[in-house]
Amino acid sequence: MLSPSKHGREARRAFEANWLARLGWLALAAYVFYAGSLLDLNWERLLLGLDNAGRLFGRMFPPDYSRWELLLKGMMESLEIAVLASFFGIAVSLPVGLLASRNMMPAWLTWPARMLIALCRSFHPVIVSILFVKAVGFGALAGILALVVASIGFIAKLFAEAIEEISLKQVEAVRSTGASMPNVLIFGVLPQVLARFIGFAAYQLDSNLRNSTMVGIVGAGGIGGTLFAAFQRFDYDFVLAILIAIIVTIMIGEILSARLRAVFQ
Amino acid sequence: MRSIAVDEGRGVNARALVVSDLVVAYKPGQPVLKGVTITFNGRGMTAVIGPSGTGKSTLIRTINRLVEPTSGQVLFLGRDMARVKGRTLREMRSRIGMVFQEFNLVERLSVMENLLCGRLGFVPAWRTWLRRFPESDIARAFDLLDAVGLREFATQRADALSGGQRQRVGIARALMQEPALLLADEPTSSLDPKTSVEIMELMTSLARRNDVPVIVNMHDVELAKRFAERIIGLSGGTVVFDGPPGALKDEHLKQIYGGEGWL
Repeated sequence: MLSPSKHGREARRAFEANWLARLGWLALAAYVFYAGSLLDLNWERLLLGLDNAGRLFGRMFPPDYSRWELLLKGMMESLEIAVLASFFGIAVSLPVGLLASRNMMPAWLTWPARMLIALCRSFHPVIVSILFVKAVGFGALAGILALVVASIGFIAKLFAEAIEEISLKQVEAVRSTGASMPNVLIFGVLPQVLARFIGFAAYQLDSNLRNSTMVGIVGAGGIGGTLFAAFQRFDYDFVLAILIAIIVTIMIGEILSARLRAVFQ
Repeated sequence: MRSIAVDEGRGVNARALVVSDLVVAYKPGQPVLKGVTITFNGRGMTAVIGPSGTGKSTLIRTINRLVEPTSGQVLFLGRDMARVKGRTLREMRSRIGMVFQEFNLVERLSVMENLLCGRLGFVPAWRTWLRRFPESDIARAFDLLDAVGLREFATQRADALSGGQRQRVGIARALMQEPALLLADEPTSSLDPKTSVEIMELMTSLARRNDVPVIVNMHDVELAKRFAERIIGLSGGTVVFDGPPGALKDEHLKQIYGGEGWL
């Protein structure tokens, strides 16, 4: 029979109290209150905002499609930016991701590759877009370059992580046949990561489509420029037309990328 | 299929493998193999037995350099496997087939593609990428699939197969290399007893038919005695028995595995 411990409850605690974590939550809650008070967030301000928003929505209806040629031209350009940026971004990410994978490559190669990825990740696409607009001038080229950088930062890292999770037993077996490095990659590594790579690539195309509608705001081509101009001229009915077009495009993109992933599972 | 020159005239097999003074230490100062010297004469099946952790796998893996030796020599086909590198190492590996304990098939490739992995040492990457293997390779693959009884599985993915079927593919893949030596690292340890015997029978008969010498690691002494012509007992990183199965007595097993209660 189990007898009660001589040490009483003290010795039988099943869960250690984590004071550091509790302190952390408390600090977070305190900061949220502090930041809120600093920014003068109150009900009055919120109601004022809602009132304004109501008027904005009122002027948006009905959406105005009379300038559909401008809309179509902008959307087509955004689509071009998204597709080209995805293509080149993924093309560069494949070798960079491989070089960054620590199970396949020596440390002197993974470090520079990881630095490059970290660099590409460190800035938001808007900031990179502004940089490229300044560097190569207004237009779609700046948008494409900016989204290539964003794609590398995101997808090369995912590629590297996918490669790091493969089964090395399969790679070892292929290597033991005397296969060259390219053959090891084609038969030992690629089959293990292909489905995930397709998934990431589809996701990136999706995400680039979204971002391509935004880079135009800073002059890097696409529908974003048209949208921004419409906002500034208070053409809210045209704004709504553009927003609906973007939503439809993104949804179609989502459906297509889901199909693509399903095919390669 | 018999592309290997066998120098019967001098009575020395060209496929002989000479391991001498082999030391392997994964951590400095703690060798797993402590100076192993064995001459494999290049015919029939040799079984290496011994307790877990005694360096059986290390020995086999050093032969095709999946493991880096610390010192010593592994002479095969006129070269020292412990020294070769780059292209020469790959060429040497392409002449040595290997069968793995956990089969190590590329799960997401078809059975046919797994067999063709055995040709990767001979076919350039641009052709393998397009799956344009020489017709003779495809023909050999179908022959071997017939031999292991898996022809109808050619286009199925490897992850759809059972354990025994997978190991059959593993054996066929190794023989696709037209190897001058077949290594098998615990080929039956992941299989049930009946399938184990079937796999050993298949491997023995195919190796004989293709005239390939085999070195197999196993911890199942009965299976080793049943199939091998020569048994090497490894214990504590050194060879403690070397002889025909008939000469392997209880005192040897005591020496190899320690204790006697299990006998």
